[in-house]
Amino acid sequence: MAAETKTMALAKAINESLRRALETDPKVLVMGEDVGKLGGVFRVTDGLQKDFGESRVIDTPLAESGIVGTAIGLALRGYRPVVEIQFDGFVFPAYDQIVTQLAKMHARALGKVKMPVVIRIPYGGGIGAVEHHSESPESLFAHVAGLKVVSPSNASDAYWMMQQAIQSDDPVIYFEPKRRYWDKGEVSTDAIPGPLHKAQVVREGTDLTLAAYGPMVKLCQEVANAAAEEGKSLEVLDLRSVSPLDFDTIQASVEKTRRLVVVHEAPVFFGSGAEIAARITERCFYHLEAPVLRVGGYHAPYPPARLEEEYLPGLDRVLDAVDRALAY
Amino acid sequence: MTVDSSAARKPRRSAAGKAGTTGSSTGTTGTKRTTRTTKKSTDPELVQLLTPEGERVKNAEYDAYVAGITPEELRGLYRDMVLTRRFDAEATSLQRQGELGLWASLLGQEAAQIGSGRALRDDDYVFPTYREHGVAWCRGVDPANLLGMFRGVNNGGWDPNSNNFHLYTIVIGSQTLHATGYAMGVAKDGADSAVIAYFGDGASSQGDVAESFTFSAVYNAPVVFFCQNNQWAISEPTEKQTRVPLYQRAQGYGFPGVRVDGNDVLACLAVTKWALERARNGEGPTLVEAYTYRMGAHTTSDDPTRYRGDEERQSWEAKDPILRLRRFLEASNHADEGFFAELEAESEALGRRVREAVRSMPDPDHFAMFENVYADGHALVDEERAQFAAYQASFADAEAEGV
Repeated sequence: MAAETKTMALAKAINESLRRALETDPKVLVMGEDVGKLGGVFRVTDGLQKDFGESRVIDTPLAESGIVGTAIGLALRGYRPVVEIQFDGFVFPAYDQIVTQLAKMHARALGKVKMPVVIRIPYGGGIGAVEHHSESPESLFAHVAGLKVVSPSNASDAYWMMQQAIQSDDPVIYFEPKRRYWDKGEVSTDAIPGPLHKAQVVREGTDLTLAAYGPMVKLCQEVANAAAEEGKSLEVLDLRSVSPLDFDTIQASVEKTRRLVVVHEAPVFFGSGAEIAARITERCFYHLEAPVLRVGGYHAPYPPARLEEEYLPGLDRVLDAVDRALAY
Repeated sequence: MTVDSSAARKPRRSAAGKAGTTGSSTGTTGTKRTTRTTKKSTDPELVQLLTPEGERVKNAEYDAYVAGITPEELRGLYRDMVLTRRFDAEATSLQRQGELGLWASLLGQEAAQIGSGRALRDDDYVFPTYREHGVAWCRGVDPANLLGMFRGVNNGGWDPNSNNFHLYTIVIGSQTLHATGYAMGVAKDGADSAVIAYFGDGASSQGDVAESFTFSAVYNAPVVFFCQNNQWAISEPTEKQTRVPLYQRAQGYGFPGVRVDGNDVLACLAVTKWALERARNGEGPTLVEAYTYRMGAHTTSDDPTRYRGDEERQSWEAKDPILRLRRFLEASNHADEGFFAELEAESEALGRRVREAVRSMPDPDHFAMFENVYADGHALVDEERAQFAAYQASFADAEAEGV
């Protein structure tokens, strides 16, 4: 592949990454509802069926358990399926296959079979959708041993993390921040990417660390800009991977800033922020100047679209948490 | 790269209208299902080649699939069933002796499993439930290997690819989708292997089974759905799962379904061979309902006296799969006393071998639970393994200090 850097939307970056995988590995398949002629409801698979055929870019029946269950069978046969779940709230019919079969097969077989299956899930809110189209269920998957859970925040990561997820011999749940699908960024197709599960410091600061992944990274960068105007120096981490979580990078940051606020769209209760708070408290007990605070969704069903701005973490709500942490 | 290899497996309609089957070609009204031309069987819907009395009955559709069977092969089927039953009985005993935590007996289902299992080629692939001990036997899986999960030393553990026999699946019906996906892969590869998915009458209610029927029909996947209707899903009779005979479900999905006498090893062999042939020829999926009976409890934890009577079991005892083949072998002089005596001795030897293998099966290493959680590793697993090691080591230190 010719080395080049292009500016493209996050959705297009995933499309290009899938295209590259289909080109380079004949065992890679793309499966899901409407992924063929339509190119997926978000057009992430646009043009792939036309170029790679119906045998490799497969429009499936409308049955999520069937999609994941047959992907498991295809993986057992030596294929590397990349399946699309159309929306976050539609993954639950497949949850049984993911948790009881996909996640455990490698261990059950004492390592003798591998499950190189990628499950793409557009997730999160902020697009004014109807019910079941705006959820953030990443913790439900991070809680399950055997699965890996990642979420890119930008086009370059979307491209490279997809390459790495497809190359992984473990099942990877790849959460796509759907409200950032149209955000553009530079993608270098000959870069040497860092490890899939390593967090990145996307803005250095000294007073407090903001940790986020997926759609909330951009928000946290905006928060850091706003805070800078008030003379506060915030460090922003893009965690990139929810399982495994790169606690070493968080720890290094918190030992420097002594304060941590975790931001995600998912409900705070039993969310990934809870796990981060517990472990960072354990690791950084003598460094922390304030309890680890969390900003996220409430313990209520995802609200109707007219209320989602109140439900989702926004600039002011994160700044409020920053102020509270700094007040200790 | 853009070639659609499944196009090479266009469905042929040659099986259309086969007597005793239902399929997409039986007319839009669904009322044109033909009845069997051979009437020896007591149930007109049931394919039977051997009566419970061991009498060979002719069957125009399926005789061809066992036409060339030799006396030696018939004795082989008998041997398979006897040894499987002996192994199964030994496992039940081992559970009673505390050597196994649980056992799911196949007692009564030997013919369904040996008949279908012996219909397979080596390159075919099997997706079992947790009760397919007879099929495992046919695939050459060491019986002792099956007992690891029931003893609690692993969760399966055999290499599925060494015998093309997937791991036992406990979640009911999940494996039918794996079989379908695997079969889709077989078709993509352009191979002429077939896949067989085992499940039961209870599983027929699962959404995954319905979805596997849909997917396999839509993609014309080379898979045989082999349903052992053993009449009971733990305590629930088949009437609690379905209002129509299970094999008729296939019609709604557009592929044939056939009910076979599940206690007739010859009929199970013939019907499965037919269904596998369809798969190999690109004719897509088939549903075989092997009508049989779970003679024992669901598992060793179950108590069937709470939900079913002895009379029912007795009526099925008269249809015993092993007894009927023995009657046939004896009546046709295909086996002598020497054969039966030798088999008896072989049976006892197998029982002994299994007993000894189980009793000497070591407990897993404490650290085994951290192994193979991931193929490419995971930082948290590494961290927790290290914590566990430190915790374990603290006992060694305490012992060394004489605490």
